[in-house]
Amino acid sequence: MLRLQKYSMNNSAVDSNSLGKVLKSVCVREYLCASRYRQAFINPLVFFAIIIALFPLGVSPEPEFLSAASVGVVWVAALLSSMLSLDNLFMKDYDDGSLEQLVLSSQPLYLIMLIKSFVHWTLTGLPLIIISPLLAMMLYLDLEQLPVLLLTLIMGTPVINLIGGIGAALTVSLRSSGVLVSLLVLPLTIPVLIFATGAVQASIDGASINGYIAILGILLMLSITLAPFATSAAIKLSVSN
Amino acid sequence: MKWTFFHKLGSPKWFFDISGKFLPWFVVLGISLLVIGSIWGLAFAPKDYQQGDSFRIIYLHVPSAILAQSCYMMMAVSAIVSLVWKMKLADVFIASAAPLGALFTFLALFTGAVWGKPTWGTWWVWDARLTAMLVLLFLYFGVISLQSAIEDTQIASKATSILVLVGIVNIPIIKYSVDWWNTLHQPATFKLTEKPAMVPEMWIPLLVMVVGIYCFFTALVILRMRNDILIRERKTKWVKALLHF
Repeated sequence: MLRLQKYSMNNSAVDSNSLGKVLKSVCVREYLCASRYRQAFINPLVFFAIIIALFPLGVSPEPEFLSAASVGVVWVAALLSSMLSLDNLFMKDYDDGSLEQLVLSSQPLYLIMLIKSFVHWTLTGLPLIIISPLLAMMLYLDLEQLPVLLLTLIMGTPVINLIGGIGAALTVSLRSSGVLVSLLVLPLTIPVLIFATGAVQASIDGASINGYIAILGILLMLSITLAPFATSAAIKLSVSN
Repeated sequence: MKWTFFHKLGSPKWFFDISGKFLPWFVVLGISLLVIGSIWGLAFAPKDYQQGDSFRIIYLHVPSAILAQSCYMMMAVSAIVSLVWKMKLADVFIASAAPLGALFTFLALFTGAVWGKPTWGTWWVWDARLTAMLVLLFLYFGVISLQSAIEDTQIASKATSILVLVGIVNIPIIKYSVDWWNTLHQPATFKLTEKPAMVPEMWIPLLVMVVGIYCFFTALVILRMRNDILIRERKTKWVKALLHF
């Protein structure tokens, strides 16, 4: 009896351990795969820079116009380049069958998807945030507004990644899903764009940004709690295809 | 309460039979209400003291805007039914209703633009409600394109259901975010809790148009669903028997 108890205790210890192990190995594997295909993560950054460079060329190089438009331009460019990097999220895993193994594993797919999304954000969203001050300066953004812009990017890009994950999961089994993903995801990201640019605009006008930041925080919390459910449902569906 | 009625809804054959009986009624009712409502609204309703005759486009604009929004709600309910109870008919409804929803959204935007020219002096403003409707149109496009992109109909329907549900969580957020962002549009014409601000001679024809457009929409959806059911169930005995009859 005692032995049985001991055995079952051991067993549960192994179980709780293995969730951490699975998440850790998913995490390590993601970074390892990313380090093998660096170009796939550099391209969206270059794309980001090119879009921003196109605005002064296409509209006007006047500093007054550019500084007024800078926040919106940086945010729209960030949105578009995140759409571009969504292909990396599941495509390779789907092709080599490791996505199926993740679905088959006894650990909650919700957490696995959350981890994958987080790793993907550190590989796409974070570099984008790091280079954005430089590009914002090139658009004559007021230096004082830079921390606000960075704060909105830090809070907003994970939301875009999480919502984008749903679109990527729904279309992973399709060939040439690039435009389709953007079509599905971009309308859903409009609130993030509105509140992020609203926060910076409020800061330029000298108003309080607390309300905007609070709402961005709500969007972030909602997408962390809800989006992985939809993503894992969609992944299960795509794998069965 | 007996649930047999609910379970019968899951059978495409049952729906095909029963909807065939209802279809002519909805067609006749829808078209006659639309004809009565538009003649009443366009010719007999009093002029607006500010906008003159140009306000009469409300009789097309408001019904299609109401329908455009509630069509997405109906699709969301069907998406839950499809994902929870795995009813084929819910999938068929979503696939059939999405293009109609997009059509009515476009109609609402178009009539709004035509109405905006004489009253606001411009075809388009980046106002909250207009933008929200535009986003709704994009959401419909997303649903339609996802449905058509996946070849396997069953998987396409499941994927579409997930997308519709994600959209319905997002719609209130989008709506309030654009409301906060910029507002010029007048508030909703009909509210369930309040008396309309218009005189009865004006809003009764509008109500006729709203009911008419719902009947018309029902008729169109039934037509499309029956068509879709025949395609999806083409390998079953009853469809073969029906077609070789």
